[in-house]
Amino acid sequence: MTALIELEGAAKTYGAFTALDDVTLSLSGTSPSMTAIAGESGSGKTTLARIMLGFIPPSRGRVLYRGKDVASMSGSERRQFRREVQPVFQDPFDVFNPFYRVDHVLTMPVRRYGLAHSDAEARKLIEEALSRVGLRPQDTLGRFPHELSGGQRQRVMVARAVLLRPKLIIADEPVSMVDASLRATILDELKTLNRDLDISIVYITHDLTTAFQICDNIVILYRGTVAEAGSVERVIGDPKHPYSQLLVSSIPLPDLSKPWGGEEVHNDEPAGWTVEDGCPFAPRCPHVMEMCWKSRPPKYLPDSQRLATCFLYRDAPALKEDDISTVFRAPDAAIQPGRARAAATP
Amino acid sequence: MMPAERPSAQPAAPILVVEDLNVHYDTTDGPAKAVADVSFSLRPGERLGLIGESGSGKTTMATALMRLTRAPGRIAGGRVLLDGQDLLQMNTAELRATRLRDIALIPQGAMSSLNPVMRLGDQIIDAIAAHVPRMSRAALEQRVGELLTSVGLDPSAARRYPHELSGGMKQRAAMAIATSLQPKVIVADEPTSALDVVVQRQVMQTLGKLQGGLGAAVVLIGHDMGLIAQFADTVGVMYAGRIVEIGPVRQMIEAPRHPYTRLLVDSLPGIEVKRDLSGIPGLPPRLVDLPPGCSFAPRCPYAFDRCRRETPQLQVVAPGQRAACHLYPEHQVLPPLPRGHAANDKDYAA
Repeated sequence: MTALIELEGAAKTYGAFTALDDVTLSLSGTSPSMTAIAGESGSGKTTLARIMLGFIPPSRGRVLYRGKDVASMSGSERRQFRREVQPVFQDPFDVFNPFYRVDHVLTMPVRRYGLAHSDAEARKLIEEALSRVGLRPQDTLGRFPHELSGGQRQRVMVARAVLLRPKLIIADEPVSMVDASLRATILDELKTLNRDLDISIVYITHDLTTAFQICDNIVILYRGTVAEAGSVERVIGDPKHPYSQLLVSSIPLPDLSKPWGGEEVHNDEPAGWTVEDGCPFAPRCPHVMEMCWKSRPPKYLPDSQRLATCFLYRDAPALKEDDISTVFRAPDAAIQPGRARAAATP
Repeated sequence: MMPAERPSAQPAAPILVVEDLNVHYDTTDGPAKAVADVSFSLRPGERLGLIGESGSGKTTMATALMRLTRAPGRIAGGRVLLDGQDLLQMNTAELRATRLRDIALIPQGAMSSLNPVMRLGDQIIDAIAAHVPRMSRAALEQRVGELLTSVGLDPSAARRYPHELSGGMKQRAAMAIATSLQPKVIVADEPTSALDVVVQRQVMQTLGKLQGGLGAAVVLIGHDMGLIAQFADTVGVMYAGRIVEIGPVRQMIEAPRHPYTRLLVDSLPGIEVKRDLSGIPGLPPRLVDLPPGCSFAPRCPYAFDRCRRETPQLQVVAPGQRAACHLYPEHQVLPPLPRGHAANDKDYAA
């Protein structure tokens, strides 16, 4: 079984600064999954997204798409990669040219990839894609970007991605600029695409509640390293890494029986210490031990469905291969096949 | 920190009373009523959270409370009584003396409200010196140190320029300026919208401590029900320029009476059980051509004929809780959502 996309020790450095430390993971090519990449600003989550999209080459390591190194693809392989791996960006304002009608972002890929033989066929494809994301084609086509709300613009971008029948959508904070009341709807549509069209989704976010709701597995990044990874139920429901615990306790829940955690966060870096010397979270960690300053903790397995890069779990076995996706659980879509999926099975 | 269990504000006289406030934006299509007939009052120490979607009028409201409304916006009527004095009737000198000293704003994106070419300490000193002209330089610098400490920054931050500070630190600096003269009312407009979740919590908890220490009332404006729930004692929900429901935070979350509040609470995912996410279908109305009757009726799963004719007024629906909805007083609580309501309809364009 060839994986859909694989990262082999992919890292990105800018001079002495490490934006992303070696990440190894693979997403299945057979069962479409939804994977969240979470962390705060500067955690490396956008860097990881851009590496997966082939927008920036990794400084070390490789990215393989269907077994082929993205860095050394032939023209036609690259074209297929570009078509099958689609981005959805954070800001639905930036991607539109304000002088073109919104139709433009939809007709361009149809033309570029020769998806239709006639204008009528193109129109039909576009209308299907729009309906798929809950937009009425007659209310959307022919409009200028400023005539649509942020939520509608973001849906047009999802429709654009869908149009190309991608295998993988990498959505970088797709709803952080959309009102809370509309977020749920857009995320629900991503989930539907995953289930009904077999599209794998990588959801980059700083919002753990939506990650929990729509994703199967999650990777929590801290200063370019993987702090914890595994099923959303384990990692968010019962976080083990002190950083994940801090993140989860800081979520403002609309539930008065779950008050915000009250602990203050300190940040004490000993003089002369650099982040490469030990655990990147050591200066902020409430459980920091002597060993945390001296070496990087390995990826321990406190249980079978998650890893935590933290010496608190040094009695647990360590991850053998570096591949963090070995702790991932089977995706929901594989457990509960959606309508289209069931219909497509011979 | 649990707002609901904080000793509730003493039943003192209100420090801020807003009466029938109206703010319009003049457009070529006629006036857009961004704030329409809004009334509420706040006692010292009370924390009011005002929540609404983009375009609900919440930022317009924050600006109007400070009387900072600029053209094409204008305050079209009403009163903003601060300790009994109408802010909207003050002359320029009175207004200048009142802002910051009695009522202070922590603006949206406070990061960009700092002067980029001035050290932080000098910006705070400027603010204080404008109100307290006879303070010595030494006393001012000491005060700056105290203020920075109170917002959780090192006093040495006074020597720094804004670009040397992180987003959270800048937000704290803006809080230090806003509280420099110990105001009675603090208006905070989405103070943490650009911050990471951990920093957001720390900044809000710092604001809570400052406010508690000063005994100031806070109006916190935002769109995140979770954040508002964690901070406020009283929650007001704004829709199309009006407050459609207001009441104690626990009742608003656990027993909202207005259908919009209910849908807003429901649209927030938790981390306990996975469930189908439900957004609120449809879009808020354009403020220049509001539908007749209740502005929420076109999106409301409960709407009936009267809602499309007659604008509902706020009425008491539970102790301390008022809602503007025609379901009351006929109903005691909000009935269960009608089956197959539009919130589940995927084909609905929003």
